[in-house]
Amino acid sequence: MNDMRPVTTAVRVDVRNLSFFYGRTQALNNISLPLYDRKVTAFIGPSGCGKSTLLRVMNRIYELYPNQRAEGEVLVDGENILGPKQDLNLLRSKVGMVFQKPTPFPMTIFDNIAFGINLYEKLPRSELSDRVEHALKRAALWDEVKEKLRESGLSLSGGQQQRLCIARTVATMPEVILLDEPASALDPISTAKIEELIDELSNDYTIAIVTHNMQQASRVSDYTAFMFLGELVEFGETEKVFTAPANKRTEEYITGRFG
Amino acid sequence: MKNMGRYRGRRIRNRFFLSLSVLAAGFGLVWLALILGDLVWEGAAAFKPTLFTMSTPAPGFDGGLANAIFGSVLMSALAVLVGTPIGILAGTYLAEYGRHSRTAAVIRFVNDILLSAPSILIGLFIYELFVVTMGHFSGLAGAAALAVLVVPVVTRTTENMLLLVPNTLREAAAALGTPRSFVIRAVTWRAARAGIITGILLAVARISGETAPLLFTALNNQFWSTDVMQPIANLPVVIFQFAMSPYELWHELAWAGALLVTAAVLLLSILARVYEGKRGLR
Repeated sequence: MNDMRPVTTAVRVDVRNLSFFYGRTQALNNISLPLYDRKVTAFIGPSGCGKSTLLRVMNRIYELYPNQRAEGEVLVDGENILGPKQDLNLLRSKVGMVFQKPTPFPMTIFDNIAFGINLYEKLPRSELSDRVEHALKRAALWDEVKEKLRESGLSLSGGQQQRLCIARTVATMPEVILLDEPASALDPISTAKIEELIDELSNDYTIAIVTHNMQQASRVSDYTAFMFLGELVEFGETEKVFTAPANKRTEEYITGRFG
Repeated sequence: MKNMGRYRGRRIRNRFFLSLSVLAAGFGLVWLALILGDLVWEGAAAFKPTLFTMSTPAPGFDGGLANAIFGSVLMSALAVLVGTPIGILAGTYLAEYGRHSRTAAVIRFVNDILLSAPSILIGLFIYELFVVTMGHFSGLAGAAALAVLVVPVVTRTTENMLLLVPNTLREAAAALGTPRSFVIRAVTWRAARAGIITGILLAVARISGETAPLLFTALNNQFWSTDVMQPIANLPVVIFQFAMSPYELWHELAWAGALLVTAAVLLLSILARVYEGKRGLR
């Protein structure tokens, strides 16, 4: 594959010649691309193209399941996280992830946020409260929940739950945030809120987002990767990919002629 | 043009099978109602406050079931105390750690056998292990036999309840950098808590009426005793012995005991249902 990388900003995550297997089925084939520091990179492509799989390699969450295997390199801050010496918990505290379906834990709103903080820091009560408040504010949820921090996280609406999950991830202070179709289960208003949030978070975090929504990709991302059948077809600045795609299949997918 | 004959035929067959189903359900319910009715009739007649204050009497004397109630509660409590942690940990292994492994498949199979094993076998096993080596029957042996009955029930329900916890929740916890054991303790156990408690209550209900394993282990004791190293009275064996006896007073106590055990099981089942219902709301 041609090197399509624009040489502009610092690379936070560097995927090199990555292949991935579910048992004997190959899901990713020799993928190489960067995630630029404090930029939003969108991954688009038809179902089953491997975009979620690629995301799941970046924090090695796939290791929860047997018979899944990655080959190649993924460098985070220059270090290969696929190496055997990589501590998975430390990696995941650095590379956070938010999922398609909201996943609040069965505990209070406060404890949902404090959960991740308490894993790696021992803070006095007042400081912990400040951190929880800060995280909820970052996720634009504070005003809606400040009166009911002691209520169950499951009592919130779907959109609120998803912002709670984003707040929970932000609270652990990762460097990279992976968003796996974070708005696909939400209504349009909640979706708009999440998109605003992504824009706001990209000032401080490197973000990768998988989405089926073309408009969403063009709205929120700085870079776009188009994938098809486990291959990276095109990667470049979002504006360029959407207005003047280099590859014919990219153009056909973006204009809705296939996929 | 629709074939009305075909439709009419199907309706007749539908009524036929519906009637069969209702009859079958009714047949079962009638016997249950007769048993419960008889039990409540006879048991209520024998019911008196001294059941809870006096110990089992010698033939011809007045008495109660206090020693048997205490013995049953004591042994059940001990059995749950020992069996529940083992069951929860085993169920956790099956659902969380070994889910796809061969070892787990074998354990699951063995556990299912244990779950449906005749309880008299478990009584004999504990008899060999405890009673023979100690030289006498004891409450401890009784509790051990009941604990062996508790383990497979709790293991099974714990595993099932943990399997109901969506994987996305485990992924979400792991994605924060949470170590595996802490994901289980802080998130999955909590998500499955109501179901696991239901399992424990059902296990208590299961053992509270078991007679066979106690006949070979705790046996019985006519007097008030709190010593687990000695034979200890318990409701199932008292019911068994008193019902077989020729004495009218003993018969009455047996009926009262049977009513107590049934009421306890009913109460536990209702409690379990209440918890089960809470799980949906959570």
